[in-house]
Amino acid sequence: MSIFINKDTKVITQGITGKTGLFHTKGGLEYGTQMVAGAVPGKGGTQVDITLDNGEVKSIPVFDTVAEAKEKTGANASVIYVPPAFAADAIMEAVDADLDLVICITEGIPVMDMVKVKRYMEGKRTRLIGPNCPGVITPGESKIGIMPGYIHTPGRVGVVSRSGTLTYEAVHQLTQRGIGQSTAVGIGGDPVNGTNFIDVLEQFQQDPDTAAVIMIGEIGGTAEEEAADWIQANMTKPVVGFIGGQTAPPGKRMGHAGAIISGGKGTAKEKVAKLEACGVAVAPTPADIGETLVRVLKEKGLLEECTTAK
Amino acid sequence: MNVHEYQGKEILKQYGVVVPRGHVAFTPEEAVDAAKKLGGDLWVVKAQIHAGGRGKAGGVKLAKSLDEVKQYAEELLGKTLVTHQTGPEGKEVKRLLIEEGCKIEKEYYVGVVIDRSTDRVTMMASSEGGTEIEEVAANTPEKIVKVVVDPAVGLQPFQARKLAFAIGIPKNLVNKAVKFMMGLYQAFVEKDGSLAEINPLITTTDGQVMALDAKLNFDSNALYRHPEVVELRDFSEEDPKEIEASKFDLTYIALDGNIGCMVNGAGLAMATMDIIKHYGGEPANFLDVGGGATTEKVTAAFKIILEDPHVKGILVNIFGGIMKCDVIAEGVVEAAKQIGLDRPLVVRLEGTNVDLGKKILNESGLKITAADSMADAAEKIVSLVK
Repeated sequence: MSIFINKDTKVITQGITGKTGLFHTKGGLEYGTQMVAGAVPGKGGTQVDITLDNGEVKSIPVFDTVAEAKEKTGANASVIYVPPAFAADAIMEAVDADLDLVICITEGIPVMDMVKVKRYMEGKRTRLIGPNCPGVITPGESKIGIMPGYIHTPGRVGVVSRSGTLTYEAVHQLTQRGIGQSTAVGIGGDPVNGTNFIDVLEQFQQDPDTAAVIMIGEIGGTAEEEAADWIQANMTKPVVGFIGGQTAPPGKRMGHAGAIISGGKGTAKEKVAKLEACGVAVAPTPADIGETLVRVLKEKGLLEECTTAK
Repeated sequence: MNVHEYQGKEILKQYGVVVPRGHVAFTPEEAVDAAKKLGGDLWVVKAQIHAGGRGKAGGVKLAKSLDEVKQYAEELLGKTLVTHQTGPEGKEVKRLLIEEGCKIEKEYYVGVVIDRSTDRVTMMASSEGGTEIEEVAANTPEKIVKVVVDPAVGLQPFQARKLAFAIGIPKNLVNKAVKFMMGLYQAFVEKDGSLAEINPLITTTDGQVMALDAKLNFDSNALYRHPEVVELRDFSEEDPKEIEASKFDLTYIALDGNIGCMVNGAGLAMATMDIIKHYGGEPANFLDVGGGATTEKVTAAFKIILEDPHVKGILVNIFGGIMKCDVIAEGVVEAAKQIGLDRPLVVRLEGTNVDLGKKILNESGLKITAADSMADAAEKIVSLVK
């Protein structure tokens, strides 16, 4: 089992004819993801031929609208690679098409656009993940996004993170120790996004095949603090945390639009203290994420069931 | 992106927000001319730097004659102001704002932010103007009032009235305060602000509601649709290395240490700084080469690091996803060839095309220390620069 996506998830690529969209649609196909359609306004009726590494050629039909792509292919999810100026519109189109899940990879969307998107999404059932995120992977079943598939291995640890490459780092440390992952979710580094830590933690708590969770946060905002309270009140599964940016200076935006310490709020120190106070074991350095999880799993007697490969 | 106070006030004026009359001046002569143009017998000479706390640092002077305007302008121009926001090195004053003196009745605070917990624009106001709002928030949070704005309809007059009454704006001036707040909100939304602070907003003895100071920040992701805002960028307020980096679409932030870092991804870049510090080193910078970097971009990034004289050693930490390790390796080799590699370099590569990347580095003939994990890399570079 897993959360959000599995082997049955059928995916539309919005922006499939762009360089990035094409590259990662191929990446998804190589991994075994059901990439069933593309949506590009004005390119409806064409198709994109993708040659896989084994020589096999896959033809992906392209539609003018997301709604048509869904209707003709039975897709239930989409992934967005369109440029930032058009991304908010692309998200709303996918929400209007009533898809289950929309994953927006695009980085650099104006935050005011996302404020409008969130308002538009009120009362609608579609889940948005991102923007500015690596995507979601359920190892061995489906990969939607830009993460390198081969570092993952199927298993029982859920991963949720605001950062892309730092997630790879954590996943890599788990895989090296023979600990597989149920699903890894990148929620993205923007201040206004579709899915927050609590949404994902709730899913992991309910997922019978997730036994423990790694949560990777960073400076800025109070999402980690809110998640810590939620964990203390609702989570029976062990959670291991890490907060990036412990040495970041205040007032500087550290790459991610959301990663900024402002008005003395959002520091790593506050976040670590809050997580620890709520029963989350926090790794002291990014190199200790795997080790900290192993220690916690041992304490809870879960190490054996979480060790899925060696 | 930040702008100067006088630029922020120009923008606000376009939205009907009342600001004191004033002119920018780059020389003492221009300052005197500006004062003459304004007329009256009281002027304020304000240093224009991209940092708050100017008043306390002596950057705001009240002049009672044209001679005083000249004298203060001469004193301030070229002076380095050190405020709690500039850091100990301070910032050199290159521009002044000369404004008419105002008859202040009382000072208030109004701010606009994007609140992450509601995903909406929030306007907040306080009766405690002129002080640090963070202090008010910490000591007397009940003195800050907030309204959350529905983006479908924008700020409504009743919401602005609610704020105005709550902070004690005199009844006869409430309508003017409402107009002020509506204009401020409109400016914030239309120009894609990320922060707007009017501290203080003042009422005057002659019945005005105006912005005595204005701090506007803009969302850098939205600058593509605001060429008029981009024009206001003052490069002299920014670190030259950060400007160079932004030309190549790299995210670079200068820090105080001596270990240069090149990393892909903001989260991993922050974490790399953290682990350097953990092993007793000090990072010289934050540098995220991003996801889709080319060899050219990596070369530029590496050059920026090498050109920093404080850098005693370099750590490259790459976890390839979209970013391929061979592209990074080629960029590093190219930059080292172009300007020479005279300092220790530790490289940790992982992810897409890692074997190819390692091969390129091994065959380059460069003196590179390979590392096989983040911890290993940090430990090695820290010991090499000691």
